[in-house]
Amino acid sequence: MNPLTPSSPSAPARRRWLAAGAALGGTALAGCATPGPSSGPSLGRVVVVGGGFGGATVARYLRLWGGNVDVTLVERNAAFVSCPISNLVVGGYRQIGDVTRGYDTLKAAGVKVVQGDVVAIDPAGRKVRLANGTELAYDRLVLSPGIDFMSEQVGGLSAALDSGRIVHAWKAGPQTVALRNQLTAMPDGGVVAISIPKVPYRCPPGPYERACMIASYLKAQKPKSKLLVLDANPEVQSKKALFERAFADHYKGILEYRPNAEVKEVSSSVAKTDFDDVRADVLNIVPPQRAADIAQRAGVVNMNQRWVGVDWLTMESTAVKGIHVLGDATFPGPGMPKSGHMANQHAKVAAAAIVQLLKGDAVNATPVVMNTCYSFVTQRDVIHVASVHQYDAADKTFKPVPGSGGVSAAASELEGRYALAWADNIWADMLAA
Amino acid sequence: MNTPLRHGALGAIASGLLAASSPALAQDATLARNLAATCANCHGTNGQARGEMASLAGRPADQLLTILAGYRSGAIPATIMHQIVKGYTEPQLQLIAGHFAAQKPVR
Repeated sequence: MNPLTPSSPSAPARRRWLAAGAALGGTALAGCATPGPSSGPSLGRVVVVGGGFGGATVARYLRLWGGNVDVTLVERNAAFVSCPISNLVVGGYRQIGDVTRGYDTLKAAGVKVVQGDVVAIDPAGRKVRLANGTELAYDRLVLSPGIDFMSEQVGGLSAALDSGRIVHAWKAGPQTVALRNQLTAMPDGGVVAISIPKVPYRCPPGPYERACMIASYLKAQKPKSKLLVLDANPEVQSKKALFERAFADHYKGILEYRPNAEVKEVSSSVAKTDFDDVRADVLNIVPPQRAADIAQRAGVVNMNQRWVGVDWLTMESTAVKGIHVLGDATFPGPGMPKSGHMANQHAKVAAAAIVQLLKGDAVNATPVVMNTCYSFVTQRDVIHVASVHQYDAADKTFKPVPGSGGVSAAASELEGRYALAWADNIWADMLAA
Repeated sequence: MNTPLRHGALGAIASGLLAASSPALAQDATLARNLAATCANCHGTNGQARGEMASLAGRPADQLLTILAGYRSGAIPATIMHQIVKGYTEPQLQLIAGHFAAQKPVR
């Protein structure tokens, strides 16, 4: 029996909760309410948890496509900080403000934006509770929670991250700035080590781009220094030939790439693998990852105790009805990367489907998603990987289209300009800027 | 990839493609909207792009389809569009082009 269907015995209770939630929400959110472009009866209430590439996009597109959908976005940070392009901040080629955007434009588009932390989800009662006690009722809930870290898998890492001695910089923001500051504080002749977890992790090319940005900085400013790239995987996981070319062409003598070098334990300045102890002045450990905590609390983590299974036609959880999940937290279709671009595409599938579901109409049976990831290999030169994924009705998943997609022929400044333009456009697309 | 769109190299072969599209698909404005939204990450919401990316909003459908056909065949050089265009069917590209043609051009 599904407790969430209107005919279920819990329906009267649910109606009470919805009424109570509406009153509470109305009080708590009066200051945030923004008049939307539409009037008339609401199609329904959607609460979105997480204001990153997936969450902001679904909020924006629900307003754009849904007409009078009541959309509330709950985000714990005051502003959006983009992981894509943030490796340029690590390299010293951009400031953190360059990859930060506010939510005012999204508010102007009619999305109620609430800064807060969702601490509990009640799928039967269809409501979420924030840390400050506010309860928000929903007809449809969207979780775009991103990832959290499995720091416990690396000995000593939790304590080192808590103390700030080691940074992950795998969620953009203060961590990005902290890594940059550690690099600038390091004397010339120092050693930097970056560790890459086994796949799957957020942004497959990201660690290799970061290696290039750090090496580029060292080459220009601290040429006696070294960068060790400790990869738990047997080889470079994205754009392999292009990254290897960049390592050889630009960073020979500075960057050393070590495959099958999983970091098992860290102290303040040593990373231990099965083979040796790597001493480093700056240790950037990218920890193993899983769907973020709130997904666990919502009961939607049903793949390998780590990720969220979804119905790809609606992005609805296969574990809990009424909860849609986007982005890095999902167990992906074949060849589907955990990327901001892909989260944006998930969000559009979800927005279209949720509008149809609220109207009681059939959802699109033939959705398409695509991905483009640009990576800087020097301050200006960029490489890409692209893919297009069509829904396969027989196997109920997105599949890459044979013969489509691919990588750059070579790194180029032209693609460097496109990478920055991509960022401007996707940030505007998600934030209604 | 921006040259043909920026400088408006035109062709006329696409009107034939449009005529061949299935009426059921052509009528599906929602599907067209959804498909076109997959382009927005680079080309802007509803094809209204910023900066260096080509704006698609308000461009005639046959012009867009001619350029896409050029990417597919290799006749028009590209950094990435030759790889992306091959992921979509011809009817899908027709819907996408029709959607962008109906949008307001960027200010």
